[in-house]
Amino acid sequence: MSKGVMRPGHIQIRVMDMDEAVCHYRDRMGLIETDRDASGRVYLKGWTEIDAYSVVLRQADEPGMDFMGFKVVSTEVMNQLKQELIEFGCQVEVIPAGELNDCGERVRFDSPTGHMFELYAEKKQTGKWGIHPKNPDAWPEELKGMRAQRFDHCLLYGDDLDGALDLFCKVLGFQLSEEVVDGELRVAQFISCSMKAHDLAWVRHPEKGKLHHASFYLETWGDVLRAADLISMHDMSLDIGPTRHGLTHGQTIYFFDPSGNRSEVFCGGDYTYPDHPVVTWDADQLGKAIFYHDRVLNERFLSVVT
Amino acid sequence: MEQATKFKVQDKATGAFFNCASNQSLLVAMERTNPGLIKVGCRGGGCGLCKIRVVEGDYLTKAMSRKQVSVTEEAQGYALACRAYPRTNLMFEVVASSQQTD
Ligand code: FES
Ligand SMILES: [Fe+2]
Repeated sequence: MSKGVMRPGHIQIRVMDMDEAVCHYRDRMGLIETDRDASGRVYLKGWTEIDAYSVVLRQADEPGMDFMGFKVVSTEVMNQLKQELIEFGCQVEVIPAGELNDCGERVRFDSPTGHMFELYAEKKQTGKWGIHPKNPDAWPEELKGMRAQRFDHCLLYGDDLDGALDLFCKVLGFQLSEEVVDGELRVAQFISCSMKAHDLAWVRHPEKGKLHHASFYLETWGDVLRAADLISMHDMSLDIGPTRHGLTHGQTIYFFDPSGNRSEVFCGGDYTYPDHPVVTWDADQLGKAIFYHDRVLNERFLSVVT
Repeated sequence: MEQATKFKVQDKATGAFFNCASNQSLLVAMERTNPGLIKVGCRGGGCGLCKIRVVEGDYLTKAMSRKQVSVTEEAQGYALACRAYPRTNLMFEVVASSQQTD
């Protein structure tokens, strides 16, 4: 049951060439560039998002994810959860307000899978981009590229899936919505803090702390096809799609940013409530679970991560 | 657009080759004309799947993940084919990447 964690609020992604990365996330995916900071990080958001930003790009010499942050309902909840994270055994660090522009204090913690996560309660709210908050029109006309609406979820690769599931369900109030099992072993897990089929997911993998993809929401299957057109028009690196996932049933396309981080845009997909049973896929159906039409994994799905 | 110069890029072990323009990455040229010679992953210098060692010839590279190609390796001719652009004809060897083997 919910313990006050509302939604994926931000992800900081490492990129090797900032200009190329900004072109990908802003001009191709259609995120809105909202800010830059003294250390050179670039801040972006999907146009429907209320908060000032959800994607932070940091120049580094290897790609991947620095951390993913979740917004919680209040500072009291954040402090309560901080205590519980410490009791669970996480390494917890408090990041002072302002380290990210316009963001309050953040509680950073590690997951048994080697990923870094954060909770925060305060971030400047600038409202949906390009439309008036009162009597709002359907969408702004000035959007670019794929017109991504919001940062939606991440798929991560790491080893201790059971530890991560314990942490997110017992301490942070997530629920397991979907899973892939190989006998007793859970090889993939999709977890939710909302009605979405997933806010975060993992696939079991020997190496800790890897990013498989960061995903952004589109409204319709037509938008996914339009994204595919843009990928060809700009000769971007396509992974697979447009297709449908078996897991969560979202309609999707995977492609790569210029530093090799995988991006997804998708639409549709299942929903979940706290009383919903876990949706289970068998590992021998993994091909269909991941790519519902091809029913086989492309080699890259399991081997290409950053 | 001007026609860029094309160079011959050859796999030392098999003799198989493809042609690559100076403004094209080795990996993209390979995919278009002789797919299968080098493994294709992210095409962005991140995953290491396309790692090769150039044993003959000159090339330029764009940013490659330090995790996949160290400074020492870079000096020894190791490169990610998706981030390497030919300046002369090249001879290369495919390298089993760290991520393929674990
Ligand atoms: S294909 Fe991923 S590093 Fe070249
Ligand atoms: Fe996804």
